[in-house]
Amino acid sequence: MTAMTQPAQPPATSSLAMIRTLGVVATVCGVLLVLTYQNTLEAIEANKLIALQRAVFKVIPGAASMQAYYVSPAGLVEASGPPPPGGMKFIAARDAAGNLKGLAAEAGAMGYADMVRVLYAYDPAGQVINGYGVVSHRETPGIGDKIITDPRFLDNFRALDARLNDAGTALVNAIKGVKHGARQNAWEIDAISGATVTSRAVAKGINDSAGKLLPLLRPHIEKLKEAP
Amino acid sequence: MIPGREQPTNLQEFLEGLWQQNPVFVMVLGLCPALAVTVSAVNALAMGAATTFVLLGSALLVSLLRNFIPREVRIATYILIIATFVTIVDYLIAAISLTVYEALGPFIQLIVVNCMILGRAEAHSSKNPPLRALTNALGMGLGFSLGLLALGSVRELFGSGSLFGIALFGADFQPWVVMLLPPGGFFVLGAWLLLFNWWRTRSPATLKPAEVQGHG
Repeated sequence: MTAMTQPAQPPATSSLAMIRTLGVVATVCGVLLVLTYQNTLEAIEANKLIALQRAVFKVIPGAASMQAYYVSPAGLVEASGPPPPGGMKFIAARDAAGNLKGLAAEAGAMGYADMVRVLYAYDPAGQVINGYGVVSHRETPGIGDKIITDPRFLDNFRALDARLNDAGTALVNAIKGVKHGARQNAWEIDAISGATVTSRAVAKGINDSAGKLLPLLRPHIEKLKEAP
Repeated sequence: MIPGREQPTNLQEFLEGLWQQNPVFVMVLGLCPALAVTVSAVNALAMGAATTFVLLGSALLVSLLRNFIPREVRIATYILIIATFVTIVDYLIAAISLTVYEALGPFIQLIVVNCMILGRAEAHSSKNPPLRALTNALGMGLGFSLGLLALGSVRELFGSGSLFGIALFGADFQPWVVMLLPPGGFFVLGAWLLLFNWWRTRSPATLKPAEVQGHG
């Protein structure tokens, strides 16, 4: 059967034939790719939105709807397109009656293996972080991934102190991770024994994000409470 | 595949990859995804299905174009075709389930460098008509999935105490975490290879066809 595909040393292929083959194959592949991209784009975007919504509703219990915003020194705008310069993204979650249930934002810092990205919920009334969930991580299974399940670690985020100073420019106390069992203050995060690096990454990510976001948000909290 | 040799039947083509030349247990090809994503049975199945899809797509296209592709540019062409199907499967998985997509992470894109797929294009699809190429690719894909599933279910069983996400051993089970780490992948693969080789050497009847085809 292979007699036809292995003729006795064929004459050299012309350069044109080679370029033509690659050109035709590349064009066919290009068309296939564009078609797939266009036909799956909507489903992928919808999936991402559902995943985000599920994560937000998990860190803010009682939420029924959500809206993403950009906040920057210039003001507050509904999120669409690229963020304004110096802007940060956050999500306002409301209950069925339209009351503000809480604000959520994403935070990230370098963990043991890669970026640890988490979502945290901020309660403007109590000025505390009262919800937390892991968005993505590549930490060691069975060790670093305890940040998702360890009940004592999750207790850190019942009412994590995130008060702003009187001028509203920075957190009164920086949020930081401390060694397992060493937590003394409401702004400290008790690390998981054996997963200190990952735990500290969570703390650093939240501190960096909240330290920047909360001062920007402060002038707009009242407006967010009203807006449906 | 060799002039003068009797042409294998469709069933033989299919069984070649599924059993006699199983990519994981006999040819030991495509180990990067085989070791990296098989921490659970579901991951293994998803990776197996994605790889099978790429195998089928590239086998069909390579086989259709086999008389049209000059030898000099065949590798570039195969790589282009394989990369296209990998990107397609990447979009498809993200559209079907983000959970699976995130669990498999960068390993979907890395199917592009799975040596088994380029090996099939070069050794089989480029020399056979479409139906035959597809049959062989399906067998190889299922054989690969079977291999991954064998690794994934054992690792999930020991490493998480569950199978397909269903806990089997109750709350007292202390997971054997090393099974989920890279060394665990090597342990389990080694154990399976041991089992397969032992089984193959003790039944000479099954050894022969594999040996014969191994040179083709």
